[in-house]
Amino acid sequence: MTDVPIIRVRGLTTRFGDHVVHDGLDLEVARGEILGVVGGSGTGKSVLLRQIIGLLDPAAGRIEVLGQPVTGTTPQSFRKLRRRWGVMFQGGALFSSLTVRENVEIPLREQTDLPQALRETLAAIKVRMVGLPQDAMGKHPAQLSGGMRKRAGFARAIALDPEIVFLDEPTAGLDPIGAAALDTLIGQLRDALGLTVFLVTHDLDTLHAICDRVAVLAERKVLAVGTIAELRALPHPWVHDYFSGPRGRAAAGER
Amino acid sequence: MTVTITRDGTDLHIAGDLSLRTVPGLDRPPSGGVRRILLNGITRLDTAGAWFVLSLGPDGAETTIQGATPAQTALIAAVRRSLSSPPEVAVRRPLRTMVATLGHTTWDLGREGMGLISALGRFVAELARLTLSPRRLRATSLVHHMQSAGLDAVPIVTLMAFLIGVVVAFQGSAQLEQFGAEIFVVDLIAISVLRELGILLTAIIVAGRSASAFTAAIGTMKMREEVDALRALGLDPETVLIAPRILALILTLPVLGILADIAGLAGGAAMAWLDLGITPMAFAARVADGTGPWHLAVGLIKAPVFALIIGLVGCRNGMRVGGDAESLGRLTSASVVTAIFLVIVADAVFSVFFALVGI
Repeated sequence: MTDVPIIRVRGLTTRFGDHVVHDGLDLEVARGEILGVVGGSGTGKSVLLRQIIGLLDPAAGRIEVLGQPVTGTTPQSFRKLRRRWGVMFQGGALFSSLTVRENVEIPLREQTDLPQALRETLAAIKVRMVGLPQDAMGKHPAQLSGGMRKRAGFARAIALDPEIVFLDEPTAGLDPIGAAALDTLIGQLRDALGLTVFLVTHDLDTLHAICDRVAVLAERKVLAVGTIAELRALPHPWVHDYFSGPRGRAAAGER
Repeated sequence: MTVTITRDGTDLHIAGDLSLRTVPGLDRPPSGGVRRILLNGITRLDTAGAWFVLSLGPDGAETTIQGATPAQTALIAAVRRSLSSPPEVAVRRPLRTMVATLGHTTWDLGREGMGLISALGRFVAELARLTLSPRRLRATSLVHHMQSAGLDAVPIVTLMAFLIGVVVAFQGSAQLEQFGAEIFVVDLIAISVLRELGILLTAIIVAGRSASAFTAAIGTMKMREEVDALRALGLDPETVLIAPRILALILTLPVLGILADIAGLAGGAAMAWLDLGITPMAFAARVADGTGPWHLAVGLIKAPVFALIIGLVGCRNGMRVGGDAESLGRLTSASVVTAIFLVIVADAVFSVFFALVGI
């Protein structure tokens, strides 16, 4: 955790028209850690995630992932870089015309030239790894529950054994048991696959259960980064309300 | 980026980068009698590599894997837990599949027909309710749809009809000139445009524009649970979404038909003047003289029926959209095809009917 940061954001500025979302935002993520990003609605958590994975261009600033620039790079080198991370979108964002197994196979099919049998085997391993039952493989996303869809989206994100996974609200909309199971799963796979996890969430339980550090987005920048214990000691009113409000205390109290 | 696999008695040594990049090119070494797989020399291991190591274990016999780092051991354990038996390949029976497909298709066609008829029933029932209490009618929505399905279609419909008039005049004059019967071009244009072409082609254009738009709009609302929200609020989608759309089409399609008739006659007249020297005055006199009002009526009687078909097909397919984007696309295109097909079928039925009653 002490070597070069795997993600480095410097002086990031984001504007939508007159509305300034980020103004000189800095953030670093260390290799192998699970970083949770929290913040009120509209503080640009998902926007930040989209900028780091190159879906949105910032107005100013520099983003480096795995030591290589994301902004202002050539399409070729960006394509190579993109293979090294996986993304899980909020609703899973599975392709609705394909089965679960085919969805997980897509990165393998597009980014490698594996023979089909091996592709299917590896996709099946990933589907089982995220805890989906055998019979889910042939199902279409519309036939799955919300939690299963998120798991399938997670399986697609880790299909290529990426070094980083980006998760956008992985537990939103899940029941507490399913959310806890997904938390455990993220932790387990981080250990097994050696992942770095960048996690946008509102779920205080997730933060307590698996996040090594938490970054708080407020006032158009990263207000503070640290363990939850460190953040609770901060005097800032929003941070205080977030971690020491009734829900924050409840989530902390159980452990 | 190379992998070396060496056999030493009952030991198998694997060294190098055992990952997605190298595994596909690896030859599987003979694994009979292997007792230990030693991974001390592995520099990188991913899921594909772990699967490869596990797949070397000979059937039945106990093979131990040694020399892996704790992280690699965890990965191998995770992959071992996730291994699943390969899916059974379905036995192919071509004949049976063909018969089954035929059966499914027939069944679906029957259900499709039943569905359309029940949609018609619901619309008629809704119409009856609206007649009893006209205040239920969503006037704003009705006017909005009359604009988007009717008024906005005027330019394309009139342009199309004008060009059809030109084409009919041109083709007709080339043939009739041979008999010296040029003046009958006027009758040809008037009868074909008023009875058939004007309204049929208008209906086809409206089917392409509005049936698809209805399906896409209602289908998207269905996907985003807006239709369920309407029902939960005690609003009937039949009243709020479907009735205004179908009524808007029934009210505007006859008007579009009249405009198409006028444009078609204008196109024919223009071509007749240029090509045959029949002046517009002579053209108009001949139309008034040789074409009875029934020709116009036959065309316009069909318009509300076509409108009903287009609206019903479009709205019903919208309500059939499921939770996925795929069904939205499929049903939108099905709407256009079905609507146009049924309009042409209805036109054929009308032709037979008018021939039988002699008008």
